Amino acid sequence: MQEFVHFLQHDVLARISPPLGALPDQIVLLGAILVGAAPIVAFMAVIAMAWTYGERRIAGFIQARYGPNRVGPEGVLQPLADGIKLLAKEDIAPAGADRPLYELAPLLVFVGALLPFVALPFSEKWVISSMAAGVFYVLAFEAIEVIGIIMAGWAPNSKWSLYGGMRLAAQMVAYEIPMGLCLLTVVALAGTLNLGQICQMQGGAFGVGNWMVWPWVSPFATLAFFMFFVGGLAATKRAPFDLPEAESELVAGFHTEYSGIRFAFFFMAEYAAMYVVCAVATVCFLGGWHGPFREWLAPAAGAPTISDLLGKAVQVKTADGAWFVWANLWGALSVLGKWAFWKPMLYELLGAFYLIAKSFFLLFVMVWMRWTLPRIRIDQVIYMCLKVLLPFSLLCVLGAAAQTVFTDWNLLHWLLSAGK
Amino acid sequence: MTAIERPLPRPELETEELLVNMGPQHPSTHGVLRLVIRTDGEMVRETWPHIGYLHRCFEKIAQEVTFPQVVPYTDRLDYLASMNNAHSYCMAVERLAGIKIPPRAEYLRVIFSELNRIASHLLAFGTYALDLGAFTPFLYGFRERELLLDIFEKVSGGRLLYHYPRIGGVARDITPEIAKDIEQFIRIFPQKWAEYNTLLSYNKIFIERTANVGVILPQTAIRYGLTGPCLRGSGVAYDIRKAHPYSVYDKVDFQIAVGQGEKGTVGDCWDRYWVRMVEMMESLKIVDQCLKGLPEGPVQAKVARVLRLPDGEAYTRAENPRGELGFYIVSDKKRTNAVRCRVRAPSFCNLSVTHEVAKDCLVADVVAIVGSIDIVLGEVDR
Repeated sequence: MQEFVHFLQHDVLARISPPLGALPDQIVLLGAILVGAAPIVAFMAVIAMAWTYGERRIAGFIQARYGPNRVGPEGVLQPLADGIKLLAKEDIAPAGADRPLYELAPLLVFVGALLPFVALPFSEKWVISSMAAGVFYVLAFEAIEVIGIIMAGWAPNSKWSLYGGMRLAAQMVAYEIPMGLCLLTVVALAGTLNLGQICQMQGGAFGVGNWMVWPWVSPFATLAFFMFFVGGLAATKRAPFDLPEAESELVAGFHTEYSGIRFAFFFMAEYAAMYVVCAVATVCFLGGWHGPFREWLAPAAGAPTISDLLGKAVQVKTADGAWFVWANLWGALSVLGKWAFWKPMLYELLGAFYLIAKSFFLLFVMVWMRWTLPRIRIDQVIYMCLKVLLPFSLLCVLGAAAQTVFTDWNLLHWLLSAGK
Repeated sequence: MTAIERPLPRPELETEELLVNMGPQHPSTHGVLRLVIRTDGEMVRETWPHIGYLHRCFEKIAQEVTFPQVVPYTDRLDYLASMNNAHSYCMAVERLAGIKIPPRAEYLRVIFSELNRIASHLLAFGTYALDLGAFTPFLYGFRERELLLDIFEKVSGGRLLYHYPRIGGVARDITPEIAKDIEQFIRIFPQKWAEYNTLLSYNKIFIERTANVGVILPQTAIRYGLTGPCLRGSGVAYDIRKAHPYSVYDKVDFQIAVGQGEKGTVGDCWDRYWVRMVEMMESLKIVDQCLKGLPEGPVQAKVARVLRLPDGEAYTRAENPRGELGFYIVSDKKRTNAVRCRVRAPSFCNLSVTHEVAKDCLVADVVAIVGSIDIVLGEVDR
């Protein structure tokens, strides 16, 4: 950490302007954190906004009505209008609320939804932190959100909120275990907890044939995928598992007493969590960034990477060692004219496109289910998770373990090589 | 020997029952019903319905204003079945006055009562789906209800409160255009009905939520005076249109829908729901027959401008979408208004069974049970 701060102070800030280099360590670190977090928050906000709009339009389509189509062309600015409305709303806390918990809960939920993005790859090289325990990290921080929601259920001193929080606590115990076991199936097959490596393995066969979800790769992963998706619906409190906020029973469940921006936090967190679950499912089961035609753009061995190109372009310094900003800017811009820059760029972009498109398809399925199915009852949720999903997910883990020990993580590969 | 010290239960960990007010402002109490539920966690131990939030003194008003002036007020009882309400009230006044209404008017009354029954059951279907967390069936139900409302609007000018049946007949005759609209509705509705069943009735989750939930035994149903789909859902084949035919119901052919316990126990929520679904198709049959056999002639009998009824009393009942709607009128020949007007409201009697049925179940079941009873607060509180 200290090294990184020093690097920023001496090699980056001081070169731009000497007084900047003299900033205290804490300020530099805070700045670095804010600059680093901005893209994640922006991405999350965009995802949440796009899907609040998307969900309402899809719901409109399913329900034979229009949905929002007034603000902006085809209503695309509706989420913006909603956001402004929520910001402008009065922030009300009920009398008798536990104020510190009441105010902390939405933040905790929001942060819990935000943190998994750190380990989540967007494309092969586009990942904020390619951590070795990525799967574990994502699952762990998804669970933080639950604590926030239980707090939100308790704090406002409302019986309906309390019911929502209680239901979520019960529901979480039920779905977390099968969900984790389903991911463990993939981990057993892949032999790694790193999300990037799990995804990398599923390449080849025109970018579509080696996805974990295909039964010829591993029938256990196929089963695990569907169970993971069901668990994911429960984890993100989506219908038919939206019991914690069941409006026909609990008014609005845990967010009954929240208004304005605090409610917006819950709302954003829900959509962000949905994206996280879908992205994890995509990375672990649906081949992540792999897709047709992408391999044609694969860089040859030893080809310069984007950072190589940029590093070469940005080297102009003045005599006393300060960087010559304009010349470097020109150098950086000139890189844009080179195919050597665009080829790896397109390679990554196509990967990101495939990953996000697959995730969005899963999100669409979630929305589709929400507007089609009735809600199930709490005892049925727990019965299903503990008595149906749990044994089957255990079976998947055992099966996957046996498969990796006796054959190969990819049955098809093993069968093909056995034929030779 | 020393006594073994048992650890005392920690008082801070004791559980206690929670008294929750469900309503009067709550999304699934269908208006301003207040349910007080005593809960132990998710389990509901007891449910008390509290009513009266929508009391508008109907009976008192009906004793103050003249007989024809009461008719539009009856629309506001069960505001989802205005045609049926007015039909029943007009029958009571006509019986007392000895007015014989023209056959065409009788047929028209039946046609619109049955169409209104379909519209009412469509709403019941939609809101029941909403109660169980499915949003889309509600809008599908409204899509077809809209066609019916258009028909009602063409014939009466209103979309909710019609004031169409009048003492001595109906307000006006149907035009060929309205007849064509009704035929069109009869043609398209069966396939929409099949769509509802695919979407909701046979949905696995829906069946899990409603089958074996809120079972009303036939003897309980009779004891509490339930009528309509709630009674028939419990397997009792009692329908006033068959048992005591009024208007032209003895001339049309239709079946009584009865709960069979198809998905669970006889008298569960699914049965009550299913009775309504089947009734929609039966009503469609009645409308079809009435429209084909619609006699020519006037639609309004001669009624005195200032209507005074002879001394006497009359009680008429009609099969409303929610059950038996009865009007009891006592008249005095010197007065132009009723001495006493009493309404026997089906929703009121049906709601009384809640306390008996909605206990030792889950919170979600209370919603399912109250939804399946299908109350309209306008009629409960009057």
